Amino acid sequence: MRRRPAGPPRASQAPRSGRLADLYAQELKTSLAAMFQYRAALGIYLIGNILEPVIYLVVWTTVAVSSGGSAGGYAPRDFAAYYIVLMLVNQATYTWVMYEFDYRVRHGSFSAALLRPVHPIHTDIADNLASKVVSLPLMAAAAGAMALFFHPAFPTPGWAVALFVPSLVLAYFVRFFLDWTVALAAFWTQRVSAINQIHFMAVLFFSGQIAPLALLPGPLRVAATVLPFRWSVGFPVELALGRLTPAEAIHGLAWQAGWLLAGIVILRLAWRASVKNYSAVGG
Amino acid sequence: MLAPPAIRVRDLRKIFVVSQRDPGLKAAVRSLVRRAKERIAAVDGISFDIAPGEIVGFLGPNGAGKTTTLKMLSGLLHPTSGDLAVLGFTPWKREKPFLRQITLVMGQRNQLVWDIPAADSFELNRAIYGIPAADYRRMLDELTGLLDLAPLLKKPVRNLSLGERMKCEIAAALLHRPGVVFLDEPTIGLDVTMQRRIRAFIAEYSGRTGATVLLTSHYMADVEALCKRVIVVHHGRLLFDGELAGLVERFTAHKTIVIRLGDCAADLRPYGEVVECEDGRATLRVPKADTARVTERILADLPVSDLTVEDPPIEEVIERVFAQETA
Repeated sequence: MRRRPAGPPRASQAPRSGRLADLYAQELKTSLAAMFQYRAALGIYLIGNILEPVIYLVVWTTVAVSSGGSAGGYAPRDFAAYYIVLMLVNQATYTWVMYEFDYRVRHGSFSAALLRPVHPIHTDIADNLASKVVSLPLMAAAAGAMALFFHPAFPTPGWAVALFVPSLVLAYFVRFFLDWTVALAAFWTQRVSAINQIHFMAVLFFSGQIAPLALLPGPLRVAATVLPFRWSVGFPVELALGRLTPAEAIHGLAWQAGWLLAGIVILRLAWRASVKNYSAVGG
Repeated sequence: MLAPPAIRVRDLRKIFVVSQRDPGLKAAVRSLVRRAKERIAAVDGISFDIAPGEIVGFLGPNGAGKTTTLKMLSGLLHPTSGDLAVLGFTPWKREKPFLRQITLVMGQRNQLVWDIPAADSFELNRAIYGIPAADYRRMLDELTGLLDLAPLLKKPVRNLSLGERMKCEIAAALLHRPGVVFLDEPTIGLDVTMQRRIRAFIAEYSGRTGATVLLTSHYMADVEALCKRVIVVHHGRLLFDGELAGLVERFTAHKTIVIRLGDCAADLRPYGEVVECEDGRATLRVPKADTARVTERILADLPVSDLTVEDPPIEEVIERVFAQETA
């Protein structure tokens, strides 16, 4: 070790954006390397994520056939398209930060994250993206196989396909920030699994996973519009299926942007309060 | 002009509110409505300064408040009251320039990602701390040399032994060349050789970089080897702050006289308390004030082939300090 006094450190002269890009590149590499250690677990988990929409698809196809060919305006081929896209969108926006937080706070490993000079959310976003890099090609292959088997119908106009991409990016961050905020409950209570369960049920119901939201009764549809869950899964799916008018699409993107901003504000406030609580009661 | 202290602590307090209830069903039901709370002072008004470059041992039995203090100093815990400054920063604000200049090593779980080689975690820390590439390379080479990390860097962390992992943890914690280093039991669970290695390394790091080190350890060998000064806490209060030698001086009323005789036949009781006598080697405990007189008498009365006067082992001193405090 050279005889150079320690600190104040010579931080990299690269601009902040460059440092953040470097951080993300390293976090992605680290997460990918760690993920490859658990190939089998990842495979099993993906099978679960494929089976769930297939089950709903089979159920709703049966309902449609027994109701004279369609249910709520969805024919079997529409349900096929809906659940294939839903599977991909859900996979793209899915997070598991709630389980992570529970573990971190219980085992005290959050302290290490708090001692770093970067916000811990960056690690989580990078980790989440890394898992998508690995899983999405496999999910796309599964979607291809499902398409061969269920013959989906996609009467989607070009503009809707174009808007699908920004709506998916917005959906990703709306869901990520919401889940991350809910995960902060781990700082306040030991019973996080109960909160996770409620959150999970709300997502299942209001994001359009159990059924397309158009099939829900009126008041629930209104609730689904106001709540953030549709904007984190269901809306991009509806867009990809060509079920929305241009006005509805723009309206939806505005809702997504609104929830994204609200999500960031709520997350910041909740984070500050949670860390304050953590540092008051001990890590 | 004197340099400002690297660490400044004034009347620091941390009170935890802990809920508690009596055993039994009745108490369980009662606790549903009304929970009894108890306020526990983990740290109860301690003050000290640590100068830049000092290595200070922070001692105390389990539950004395050592870890709580380290957590407050590193910004993980918010003090209930008192003043605290580390390198001029208020730790609990966790400002980035502050976090870039400190490190806290607690146990063996901190910096390293379990499933990947340590080298990858080091690279991640480079990005997290924004260490310029050349500085990183140089520091990594130096740490690799000093801690003999070369054979470990490419193995997944979970395949490393406890000692190997600790070496990597310490390296990861120092890559950004922190000016203040908090070490909580850095040698716990390690074998004697590895303990010595880590100890030598800490001294080397502080010597070369001028870093300030605050270290807790259950191994007095760590403290004796590294720290001229110790701070002793018990029940959250400061018991002693000064030179290690002063601690022995203040808390021991006795000295140990070890004599070598032909056998253990002689009655040694008139000279002092006989701790043991085996194979002609006797250990006596005598009041400090009487040491010179007793030594003189022993040399005059007995066929002694060797005689040494020692302070009691530091472990014994510390034990006595805590025992006195508890009593």
